Amino acid sequence: MLNRSLGELSRGLRNGDFSSVELTRFFLDRIENRGAELNAFISVTAERALDDAHAADRKLRDGGAHPLTGIPYAHKDLFCTEGVATTCGSAMLADFVSPYDAAVSERLNAAGMVMLGKTNMDEFAMGSSNENSFYGAVRNPWDAARVPGGSSGGSAAAVAARLAPCATGTDTGGSIRQPASLCGVTGVKPTYGRVSRYGMVAFASSLDQAGVLAAGAGDCALVLQAIAGFDPRDSTSMDEPVPDYTPPADANIRGLRVGLPREYFGADLDPAIGAVIEQAVAALRQLGCETVEVSLPAMSLSAPAYYILAPAECSSNLARYDGVRYGHRCDAPADCDDLYTRTRAEGFGAEVKRRVLVGTYVLSSGYYDAYYLKAQKARRRIRDDFARAFERADVLVGPASPTTAFRLGEKAGDPVTMYLSDVYTIAVNLAGLPAITLPAGVAGGLPVGMQMIAPHFREQDLFRAGHCYQRETDWHRRMPEGFE
Amino acid sequence: MNIEEVIKLARLARLKVGDGEVEGLGRDLSAILALVKRLESASLDDVEPLAHPLDAVQRLRADEVTEDDRRDAFQKIAPHTRDGFYLVPKVID
Amino acid sequence: MTERWQPVIGLELHMRLKTASKMFSGAASAYGGAPNTRACAVDIALPGVLPVLNGGVLKMAVAFGIVINARIAERSVFARKNYFYPDLPKGYQISQYESPIVEDGQLEIALDDGGVKSVGIERAHLEEDAGKSVHGAADGMTGVDLNRAGTPLMEIVSRPQLASAGEAVAYMKKIHSIGCFLGICDGNMQEGSLRCDVNVSLKPAGAKRLGVRAEIKNLNSFRFVERAIRHEIKRQAALLESGGEVAQETRLYDPDLDATRPMRGKEEAEDYRYFPDPDLLPVAIPPSLVDEVRAALPELQEQMRERFVRDYGLSQADAVQLTASPEMAAWFEDCAGACGGGPQLAANWMTGALSAALNHAGIGIADCPLDARRLAGLLDRIADGTLTGNTARKVFDEMWRTGAGADEVIAGKGLAQISDTGELAAVIAEVLANSEKQVAQYRSGKEKVFGYFVGQVMKATQGRANPAEVNRLLKESLEKAD
Repeated sequence: MLNRSLGELSRGLRNGDFSSVELTRFFLDRIENRGAELNAFISVTAERALDDAHAADRKLRDGGAHPLTGIPYAHKDLFCTEGVATTCGSAMLADFVSPYDAAVSERLNAAGMVMLGKTNMDEFAMGSSNENSFYGAVRNPWDAARVPGGSSGGSAAAVAARLAPCATGTDTGGSIRQPASLCGVTGVKPTYGRVSRYGMVAFASSLDQAGVLAAGAGDCALVLQAIAGFDPRDSTSMDEPVPDYTPPADANIRGLRVGLPREYFGADLDPAIGAVIEQAVAALRQLGCETVEVSLPAMSLSAPAYYILAPAECSSNLARYDGVRYGHRCDAPADCDDLYTRTRAEGFGAEVKRRVLVGTYVLSSGYYDAYYLKAQKARRRIRDDFARAFERADVLVGPASPTTAFRLGEKAGDPVTMYLSDVYTIAVNLAGLPAITLPAGVAGGLPVGMQMIAPHFREQDLFRAGHCYQRETDWHRRMPEGFE
Repeated sequence: MNIEEVIKLARLARLKVGDGEVEGLGRDLSAILALVKRLESASLDDVEPLAHPLDAVQRLRADEVTEDDRRDAFQKIAPHTRDGFYLVPKVID
Repeated sequence: MTERWQPVIGLELHMRLKTASKMFSGAASAYGGAPNTRACAVDIALPGVLPVLNGGVLKMAVAFGIVINARIAERSVFARKNYFYPDLPKGYQISQYESPIVEDGQLEIALDDGGVKSVGIERAHLEEDAGKSVHGAADGMTGVDLNRAGTPLMEIVSRPQLASAGEAVAYMKKIHSIGCFLGICDGNMQEGSLRCDVNVSLKPAGAKRLGVRAEIKNLNSFRFVERAIRHEIKRQAALLESGGEVAQETRLYDPDLDATRPMRGKEEAEDYRYFPDPDLLPVAIPPSLVDEVRAALPELQEQMRERFVRDYGLSQADAVQLTASPEMAAWFEDCAGACGGGPQLAANWMTGALSAALNHAGIGIADCPLDARRLAGLLDRIADGTLTGNTARKVFDEMWRTGAGADEVIAGKGLAQISDTGELAAVIAEVLANSEKQVAQYRSGKEKVFGYFVGQVMKATQGRANPAEVNRLLKESLEKAD
C-alpha cells in the first residue's frame, strides 16, 4: 500500500485487494510510528478515520462509490471541520472546534475520503518554513535538521514521508508549491476562484486558494477534481465548468510551448537549482515541447505588492479574534480594551503580529493610495505580463523556490530574508493563475521542484504535462531515507 | 520606524506590546517597509487597480432566509455567555 | 441673540431596509428575537465564513436613488471600515466609502411659510448594522446580542443645506415617507428603523465660511431631532456670544435633561483604514436593472394624495390624513372600493370613528382589529337606511370589540333602523299621550317643542327610529289632532 498512486489505491479497493479499513490502519500506523518525529500533524483523528473507513467499505461493497471513496488523506488544519479542532497553527484557536464544515471538507466527505488528521502549518498560513506554528516546527523528512517549507509544511512532510497518500493545502503566496519543492512532492495551486474558500480560515482573501499535495500529478488531479467547482457561498468563486483533470494514460505534450521567463533564471538563482531546472526543461524538450524565452517585466514589483496586499488583508481578517465569541480569551479582563489587547497579544505569535502591524500601517490614514491602491495597480500589471507571455507559450516553467530546504532557525531571525523564499511563487497568486510544483531532481541531496504555470482555468494542461514528465522520471516516486 | 509609531500601530491593531518587544518590532517593521517601499519608484498612474484576477463582478443572492437558529452550537465554543448573550467587560458610551 | 447666527445643518440618516434576510447572510433580518437566535455563522464572524450580497438590498438602494433623481453608479464598491467594538463581530463593518451606489440627489421639502425648498443629497450608500450591547446583562458585564448584526442599512447623507430644526424635521419626514411608500423601510421609529445623526454649526448671518460643527449621534425620533437641534443651536450661540469656540466633537442628546453632552470614549480620533472588501467584488448596476426597478416603482405619498383628491373627490385635508402611510392608503382604497356609500362616507368614517379608535387603542392601521371590507359592510347599512348614524356608531364599537361583521351585530342586537310606519305611529301615539303639556305648548304656536317629541321617540326606540320618518309622522299626528 506504500508509494502507490491514488489510481492504484482506488483500483486496489475496488478489486478487494485491501479494504479501506486496512488502508487507513496502514497510514495511521505510519503516523503513530513516525509522525511525532516530524511533527507533521496537529491532531490525528484515528477513531473517526476508522469509522469513515468502515462506511467507505460499505459503500465500495454496496455501490455508489466515488473514485476516491475509502482513500485516506491529511487535511491542513486551516480547513474548518465540524466536531474536530481547527487550530490554524495558532494559540488563538487551540480550542476551537468548528461548528461547521468548510466547502472543501464537505466535498471530500461527500467523495468518501477518509481524514487521518489535521496537519501542522505556519500560524494562520503566514510563513515559509513552518517554524511559525504554535505547535512547533515541522521537520523535513529528507533531513530532520531542515524545514519542510511553509505554510503547508505539515501536509508536504506528511506526503513526503508517506504518512498520507495525499493532503490538502492552501497557497496564498506559495504555501503549497514551495513546501512541495522542499519536500520533493507534487503540489498544485489552482486558479483563484476554482475552489471555494468557504470555511478556509482567511489569511489574505484576494490571494488565498486551496489545493492539493501528493506524490504525483495524477494524484493531485484526482483530488482537485473532487474539490473544484462553483460555490454560491463564496462571492469570489467562479461559475466555470470543471473539465476532466485526469490525463489519459497515453497523453502526450508534443508541440506544447514551454515559456521560460527570463526573470526566473536570473543571476540570483542558485546554480545547483538552475541546473536541475534546466535538466527538467531538457526532459520536456525530449517529450516534444518547444521552449521559448518570455519576459515578465513587472516581476520585481511582486514582492513589494504582495507584502502590502497580504498583510493589509490579514490585519483586517484577523480583527475578528477578539476573545468574545470563540477562541482564546485572556484571564479576567479589566475592560474591553484590556480584553482585546491581551487576548490578541497572547493568542498571536510573532510573525502574525508583524503582519498585522504592517497591514495596519499600510492601510492607515494617508497611506492607502501609496500602498494598497498602488499594489493593486502593480497586481494588474503583473497579471497583464503573464497574459502577454501566454500569447507565446502554453505553460511557463521555472523554479518553485530559490533554495532547497534550509536549516531550522537559519532564517527565523530575519523576516525579510524569509519573505524572499516566496520570490518565485507570489507573482502567480497576484495574477490568480494555476501552477504546479513537480519534483525534478536533487541538489546537495535535497529535493528541487520545478514550477509550471498555466493560464486561468488551464489546470488540465498542468496535469497533462506533469503526467507526461512523471511518466519519464521517478523523482516523485523517491522516498526519503528511513521512510521507504 | 520609531518607538512611538510602533506603539501607535499596536494601539490601532489592539495588540498589547511589551516594553521589551517594541524595539525589535520597530526594526523588523522598518525592514519590511523597506521591502514594500520598492513599489514607490514604479510608475503605475495609468493602471486600473485590480480587485479580482479575473475582473469578475459581484454575484447577488436572492433575498431569502436560509439559516436556522444554531445559537446553542455556536455558544458551546464561546468563552463567556449567559442567557444567550456573549459577555464582555462593561462597555461605557 | 440667535438671529445674529445662521444655523447650518446636515443630516445623516440610517434607514433600516425591509428585507427578509440580512445584507450578506441568509439569517432572518426581522427585528427582535431572543438574543443571538438570528445570528448565523456569517453574522457572528466564525473563522472562514464569507459574505454574499443580498440582491434585494441593491434594488432598494436603486429605487431610492431614482426617486431622489440621483446618479446611480454603474459600478459600486463595498469597503471595510475597520474598528474594534464588542458588537462588531468581524472587527470591521462592511460599508461603502469610494463609489457609493447613489450620489448627488435632490429632495423638495415643504416649508412652514408655504414655500418649497430643494435639499441636496450628497450620497446614499449601503452598509450593515452592528449588533447591540445590553448593559448589565450579568455580573455587571455587558451582553452582546448579534441579532441586528448584518441587517441592511442605507445611509443617506444630506448636504449641509438645512437652516432650522423645522427644516431638518421636514426633510427627515420626507425621507421617512419615501422609505415607507417605496416599501423599503417599515418606518418604525421605536425600533430604530430611521436613525439620525445631525451636524450643526453656526456662522455669522450672511457669512460664507462655515463654523465648526458638532455632531449629535443616534437620534431616533422626529421630536428628539427637533429638540436636540434647537438646544444645540442655543448652546453654540451662547458659546460664540461669550467669545468661546465650538469644539468639533461628537455629542449625545439626553431627552430627560433636554441637553446634549460630549460622548465619552470618543476622544481618540478613529482611523478606520477603509479598503475595498476583498471577499466581495465590485457591484455592477447595468441600466437594465435600473429600468427594471423604475418600472416597478410604487406610487409615492404626493402622487397618491393628488389622486385621492382627483379620483375620489376628497378634500386636501382628508387626502393628507388618508395617505399618512401606505397601509392607511391601501386600507382606504380597499374600504372605498367595497363600499356602496361612496368614498366620502368611507373617508368620513376613517378620519372619524376609526382614527379615534386607533388612537385610543394606541395602535396603527396595520394592527386594526377591523378589516377594511367589514367597515365597508357597515357603511353599506348606513347607505341603505338600515342604520342611523347614531346606531351605526354602536355597531362600529361592537365590531371593533369583537371583529364581527356589521350584519351579524345588527341582527344579534336588534339594532336595525325602524322605518315601519305602523310601529313608529304606535310609539308616537304613546309619546304624545304622555306629553300633554308639551302638546298644548306646540299647538299654541311654540314650535320649538317639536325637538322634544323627536327626542322622546328616539329615546323610546333607543335611537333606531328613522329620523325622516319620525319627523313626517310626528307632524302628521300633531296636525291631525287639531
